[in-house]
Amino acid sequence: MLWQVDVRAKDAEGDHAAREFVAGAKAIGIGGCSAARTAAGWLIEGDLDRPAVERIATTLLADSVTETFHVDAIGAAALTTPIDGLSTVVHVLPKPGVTDPAGLTASEALHLLGHVGTTVRSLTKYWLPLNPDEAASAARRLVANEAIQDVVVGPLALHSLAGGGTWTFGRETVPLAGLDDASLEKLSRDRCLALSVAELHAVRDHFHALGRDPFEIELETIAQTWSEHCCHKTLTSPVDHEGPAGRVCYGNLLKETVFAATQKIRQSLGASDWCVSVFRDNSGVVRFDGDHDICVKVETHNHPSAIEPYGGAATGLGGVIRDVLGTGLAAKPIANLDVFCVAPIDTPAAALPPGVIPPRRLLAGVVAGVRDYGNRMGIPTIAGAVAFDPGYLGNPLVFCGTVGVMPRGGAEAAVATGDLVVVAGGRTGRDGIHGATFSSIELSSESETESGGAVQIGHAIHEKTLVDFVLEAARQNLFHAITDCGAGGLSSAVGEMAATLGADVDLDRVPLKYAGLSATEAWISEAQERMVLAVPPEAWEKLATAAAAEGVAATAIGTFTGSGRLVLRWEGHIAGELDCHFLHEGRPRRVLESRSALPIVQVATWKPAGLADTLCAVLALPDVASKEWIIRQYDHEVQGGSVTKPLLGPGSGPADGTVVRGVLGRDRGVVLGVGLRHRLGTLDPYQMAAGGIVEAIANIVAAGADPDRIALLDNFCWGDTRRPETLGPLVEACRACHDLAIAFRAPFVSGKDSLNNVFAWTDAAGVSREMSIPPTLLATALGQVPDVRRAMSPDLKRPGSRLAIVGLSTPATAGSQVELAGRVTGGDIPTVDTEACLRVIRAVAAAQRSGAVLACHDVSDGGLVTAVAEMTIGGGIGARLDLTAVPFAADQSLPVHARDLATAFGETPGRFLCEIPSGGEDAFARTMENVPWSVVGEVLAEPVLEIIGTTGSERIDVSQLAAAWRTLSREAG
Amino acid sequence: MLAPRALVLRAPGTNCDHETAMAFEHAGGIARRVHVRALAERPAAADDCQILCIPGGFSYGDDIASGRIFALELRTRLGDMLRRFRDRGGLVLGICNGFQVLLQTGLLLADADGSRQATLAHNTSGRFIDRWVRLQCESSPCVFLAGLGSLELPVAHAEGRFVPRSDADLAALTAAGQVPLRYAPDTVGVATNPNGSVANIAGACDPTGRVFGLMPHPERFISATQHPAWHGRLDPDSAGTGLALFVNALRAVS
Repeated sequence: MLWQVDVRAKDAEGDHAAREFVAGAKAIGIGGCSAARTAAGWLIEGDLDRPAVERIATTLLADSVTETFHVDAIGAAALTTPIDGLSTVVHVLPKPGVTDPAGLTASEALHLLGHVGTTVRSLTKYWLPLNPDEAASAARRLVANEAIQDVVVGPLALHSLAGGGTWTFGRETVPLAGLDDASLEKLSRDRCLALSVAELHAVRDHFHALGRDPFEIELETIAQTWSEHCCHKTLTSPVDHEGPAGRVCYGNLLKETVFAATQKIRQSLGASDWCVSVFRDNSGVVRFDGDHDICVKVETHNHPSAIEPYGGAATGLGGVIRDVLGTGLAAKPIANLDVFCVAPIDTPAAALPPGVIPPRRLLAGVVAGVRDYGNRMGIPTIAGAVAFDPGYLGNPLVFCGTVGVMPRGGAEAAVATGDLVVVAGGRTGRDGIHGATFSSIELSSESETESGGAVQIGHAIHEKTLVDFVLEAARQNLFHAITDCGAGGLSSAVGEMAATLGADVDLDRVPLKYAGLSATEAWISEAQERMVLAVPPEAWEKLATAAAAEGVAATAIGTFTGSGRLVLRWEGHIAGELDCHFLHEGRPRRVLESRSALPIVQVATWKPAGLADTLCAVLALPDVASKEWIIRQYDHEVQGGSVTKPLLGPGSGPADGTVVRGVLGRDRGVVLGVGLRHRLGTLDPYQMAAGGIVEAIANIVAAGADPDRIALLDNFCWGDTRRPETLGPLVEACRACHDLAIAFRAPFVSGKDSLNNVFAWTDAAGVSREMSIPPTLLATALGQVPDVRRAMSPDLKRPGSRLAIVGLSTPATAGSQVELAGRVTGGDIPTVDTEACLRVIRAVAAAQRSGAVLACHDVSDGGLVTAVAEMTIGGGIGARLDLTAVPFAADQSLPVHARDLATAFGETPGRFLCEIPSGGEDAFARTMENVPWSVVGEVLAEPVLEIIGTTGSERIDVSQLAAAWRTLSREAG
Repeated sequence: MLAPRALVLRAPGTNCDHETAMAFEHAGGIARRVHVRALAERPAAADDCQILCIPGGFSYGDDIASGRIFALELRTRLGDMLRRFRDRGGLVLGICNGFQVLLQTGLLLADADGSRQATLAHNTSGRFIDRWVRLQCESSPCVFLAGLGSLELPVAHAEGRFVPRSDADLAALTAAGQVPLRYAPDTVGVATNPNGSVANIAGACDPTGRVFGLMPHPERFISATQHPAWHGRLDPDSAGTGLALFVNALRAVS
């Protein structure tokens, strides 16, 4: 029997979903939707009579104080009777096979109540004052995503929730022998393999030598393992590069730039090398305190988020959390970060290519995804950024990062022959089939329909219990190695763990969500919330007990054999067999052509403008504006280790780096900062990368990081790097990573790339169009604060203090916020002087140690005056700033009327503002060795900012600055 | 004498158990984290404890309503144990999700027949919110708030809007001193009620004052360094005002 239970608020005021729907409809110009009502609907299937279902509704589904419920057999007319005169009923429900967390939770609760064998699916119901077609289209535009949900107007015609089917063992041979290149290319495309012709040649030849063609499951395994997503084949390829610095040939681009820098730094550090495990595990591991190491990873989840923002961002975060959990012998996640690059949220609907989700809805979706997953995981989301640029319209970028802490020595893990292959966590369904290869293919307006299978919904609670179980099993030392099931599913996870030893896997033992998956599907499914562990047989019993105690399913599905072969079985039959060496080393390498032009420099043209007026304009620009509406949706304080929050001071001003205690109850801190100079990507990719790295480092140094313990991460997001002119800028960015890491002695410890961020569509005129994202490097800096009690914050503290700037200012306005604000076009490209920058960073850190700094803020987006404004907003007090006292280097070409604006808003990297307590000037000055610096103002009790320029002074209330800075939060939030 | 013992009860999705246990230890007690499954199998595990605390989190994902399934499990598998614990003078503290659980179990603000006098509904914003609020304690039998006046604590929840069943219930609860913790205006007079709670109610206790639930997180203000404006303003080695609730609890059972 299939029942439906509708649960709704007793009164309209309590119906938030309805209010949001009406507001949303108004916002996107849907007429006639002046009112709405909603209900949480539950489909319950089982051997239950009406009284039983009513009991379930009372005890489990409805709140007796605020809600009412209606129980009926599905399809009953009473379920679609109008409410408050709203006559059209729309149901939004997850498509069959799509994860339904609420439904799963309800099913589990019913089992707790003794109703074993009942199934529940959740849905949302809307009563709308629209005709059926309008109602359906409004639901699609506002609350439903057809990649994962069905929209049904009127009564539901469902008869059963039972899904799945049966699969009987079979092996599909994929004939490669004799295929010409065109046919191979077609085969790769048709099967969504993302393999090049050259790679398919290698596969064909390998199997030819074996005297047969590959089975589907073998070909799929190779495609997953060789995917850009899994092995970064572009960045590790030989590259023949023609750049501004001349011609360079790399045998392995990443190895000879980013990795090489880390190796050189480690060698120069010798015995005091503090890197532990870099570029080999799921995250990078470095020393922390006497008995702990910390690890960090930042991932991208761009393609899935473009199609299903909520699920894409949530599973992106879930994935990077598992990366940290799956590092060494497991690490405990202690902090998350998230960075989004999206198109301006006011992009007009007419400017949206077909298949593109409006940026406003996309941003709301990815924020909600990170919120609902991260908050449920009990991991504080402490750092992040949002960058807005039209170039991200078709390919928004979603970066998720996690920091973990592990016992010292926990980074060393090794699978042993005879260990059991154990899969733990969620069950396996058809979720995310081809996610790895999908993410290596360019998006198109058809992607939503083509690749829906690659989109997933996360179930955070399953991952939370998985984390609790894994950390307990690690404490008891019950496994030899662990990795997460991410892209490629078991095929990648088991494949990597078995890379040297090989393994026998019985795929029919993999716990399934529903029957009917083929062996191949079970093997490559990217179902979420799963980890693979190598468990010594003698520890199996204890491990199973630990799993049961947390309500986690753990299943032994095979053995690591030492045969060097990957043997896949189904009920005893051989489903496929691969030589591990070929799988991991057999991929052919091809030399890539790369070209990069000289940086584009455009002479600055200034418009006359007031300082205060320009400042308000800059503070209101989306990149600079407060992200409070996002930050407050994230639990950034759970776990209790919070020291420096993303919003600080009496006025809730912005933070630079954010700090948490690495171990609760101890005073050593972990500090996170990010840097993103995407606006320079097309002008000068080298400086884009260099500026981003400096920004990330400056952020954490301002917060009190030890400059000798900074670890870096790179996340390259690029267009189609098969084009030499697109690969060129990537090579330049890699060169910058190498040079800056060496200069700052800050090793890269991990990284990730997302290529092919190109969106293709056919426009109204029938012309094929495509757009590529601007070259984007996200730099993440992981620092350490020796004693969090000395951590720094940017908010101004005491009237009477002096305000000093450290570092030389220049009129660098190309790609700057003041340019976006329309006060200037072009100008010098903000350029990093690494040696000067290093001296500045060391001087600032020394000043902090000397106790002569009350507040510290790095100068980045919006320049000097914007930074001072942010300090006054946080402190809720005022400041006087004398621009004529700022160490400023400009040639004669700079017109006099532009000098103040250039000083105030130029974005020269590597500058800091420090609040010096009165009486601390001498101590401060003693630490300023060989760096340009000067006192440029003072802190005022009155909440007003006074800016003194060559042509007189201007005053503006801090309340006005705060209002401008909060514009975006008011509009978007 | 021996330090008092607190049992920090967790369920799948509980995520504030470590810092809550540490808060009890910091206050001088002994705290043990126990999974609800383990306690259901061996209720005697609570016998040597004087304080039972249900910490914050998203028990069972809160996918249906916050705290509901955890409460259901407590009612069905541990109802007797909880009543015994309360009747022998044990203290019960519910923080955030724990407060929601206490209301759903009927251990707090329920009629004799178990029907509930109040609930915690979705915030009026319809969203999760993490921010600091100013709170005012009112005279009440609540042992956890003994001697406390005004304090600052963070909230972090999506379902914290206190809604009484009726005005009569609200009047009765107020008269009995059972709603002793309220959101108050901050130092510049701006209201800090973050969720639209009726009468600014942030916490509630039973008539004895020994069963107490609150939405704000006292375990997140044990040290001054957890405050958003401590840098350069508070002594980083000083305690946060949240610690007082745990000290009060330990004192009440010593």
